[in-house]
Amino acid sequence: MPATLKVDGWNPGEDVIEVTRAPAPGPAHAAWRTFVETVRGLATTFGRFREAPTTVQYPEQKTPVYPRFRGRHKLHRFEDSGLEKCVGCSLCAAACPADCIRVVAAENTPEHRVSAGERYAAVYEINLSRCIFCGYCEIACPFDAITMGHDYELSDYDRTDLIFTKEMLLAEPLERTPLRNEGE
Amino acid sequence: MIATVGYYEPWWIQIIKAIVIFAVGLQLVPIVLLAERKLLGRFQSRYGPNRVGPYGALQPLADILKLLTKEQFRPSTSIGFLFALAPIISIVTAVAAFAIIPFGNTQDIFGTKVGLYGLDVSIGPLYVFAFGGIAFYGIMLGGWSSGSKYSFLGAMRGAAQLISYEVSQGLALVGVVISAQTLSLTGIVIGQKGMWYIVPQFFGFLVFLVASFAETNRAPFDLTEADAELVGGYNTEFGGGRFASYYFAEYLNVLVVSGIVTTVFLGGWLLPFGIHPPGWVDPFVVLGKMALITFLFIWVRATLPRLRYDQLMAFGWKVLLPLATLNVLVTAILVVATH
Repeated sequence: MPATLKVDGWNPGEDVIEVTRAPAPGPAHAAWRTFVETVRGLATTFGRFREAPTTVQYPEQKTPVYPRFRGRHKLHRFEDSGLEKCVGCSLCAAACPADCIRVVAAENTPEHRVSAGERYAAVYEINLSRCIFCGYCEIACPFDAITMGHDYELSDYDRTDLIFTKEMLLAEPLERTPLRNEGE
Repeated sequence: MIATVGYYEPWWIQIIKAIVIFAVGLQLVPIVLLAERKLLGRFQSRYGPNRVGPYGALQPLADILKLLTKEQFRPSTSIGFLFALAPIISIVTAVAAFAIIPFGNTQDIFGTKVGLYGLDVSIGPLYVFAFGGIAFYGIMLGGWSSGSKYSFLGAMRGAAQLISYEVSQGLALVGVVISAQTLSLTGIVIGQKGMWYIVPQFFGFLVFLVASFAETNRAPFDLTEADAELVGGYNTEFGGGRFASYYFAEYLNVLVVSGIVTTVFLGGWLLPFGIHPPGWVDPFVVLGKMALITFLFIWVRATLPRLRYDQLMAFGWKVLLPLATLNVLVTAILVVATH
């Protein structure tokens, strides 16, 4: 405990910062200090050496993602009727800051009914090479037709392969990413 | 130059020895290379290479194959002849120094006496320093002939570093030579029958070890390479097989230094507590001790940061050299007083 500083009756109380003094001067001290610190460093690294590595062996092991992780998008259908939830309103495209969603709407007809609403998305494309995975499309969607999935393994050999069409987004995706359990 | 060993080695034994050194001795280098990467990984809480072959065992092979199939690139400002010669100097001197490390007592093989070393030179440590001195030309010429500023800076640093530390390294061994009263490395090992020189020559051992780190350009004295500030130092412009030669020479130098430390301070093939195993165990004893020293090299590399250049020089001249000189002085006085 350092001596409490008192200047003209002013008492800083207990909040005194302890000042670490510079190392003792002199070559003998310096040599001894260097030796001791070297040994201490060696002991520290040896401690790490004895521990098991913390590496996640990625392609075999995967770090599980949280439920709200924003990965690759999914388009959804109604489970009972099988109709698409998307009505082609283009609100997602309007909300997209990266301008990577393209929607072309078409009218539903009684013979050709695709979605539950008046119109449906004839073309629905997401350019994943531009997507920044902000999730605004999900928030903008009034029908929960588009959500962010958990898949993050999206690399490909060609940019054109990264433009995901409606069929690809509607298809039941391969669950390649483990989901983090409660408390994990 | 060859020590008087009191027996005659036929020429075919010498050829077999050369083949064994190249076929077996040099295979230690990939092992050290892999061990370094694996151990560095463990020191940093990761695995190190584990993709090529079981436990990454084929990683050195993959590295070498990759390097050998690369283009032999040469900068237009480089000096062609020296640029090609420098890595060769490095590797030749490293192999030459490796030849004198004794791996065991003289054995009877097929009725002829054979020493388990390439050559028992009567000037053992001097031979090592001589080739160490030439090895420095490998670095110096390599850096200079590259025609690149970074390489040149690395080479100049290397030159200054090697010159300053070779003095302490040599002086550290003088104490041992005075005690053993011979310069032959086998003679020095036999002189350690009672007690390994690491005990009476502990300061010599420390000085030699530290100076060896500098001599082999290993962390924390890897200023010639200094990836952060000099890109790669003297070997920046080298690629493919030439870079592989430098790399190979560096690890072989680590092995040579481990061998010298083992021979000179750790009793070579001798075991403590009066254990006398049969002769064929000797090389394994030496290899085990060399592995310990190599582990220390890797351990220190994983621990200590690189020194600043002026700190390096100050440490070499103001700490190591006086220590080594004092060690020689005290040893000499003690030897004279006890004899």
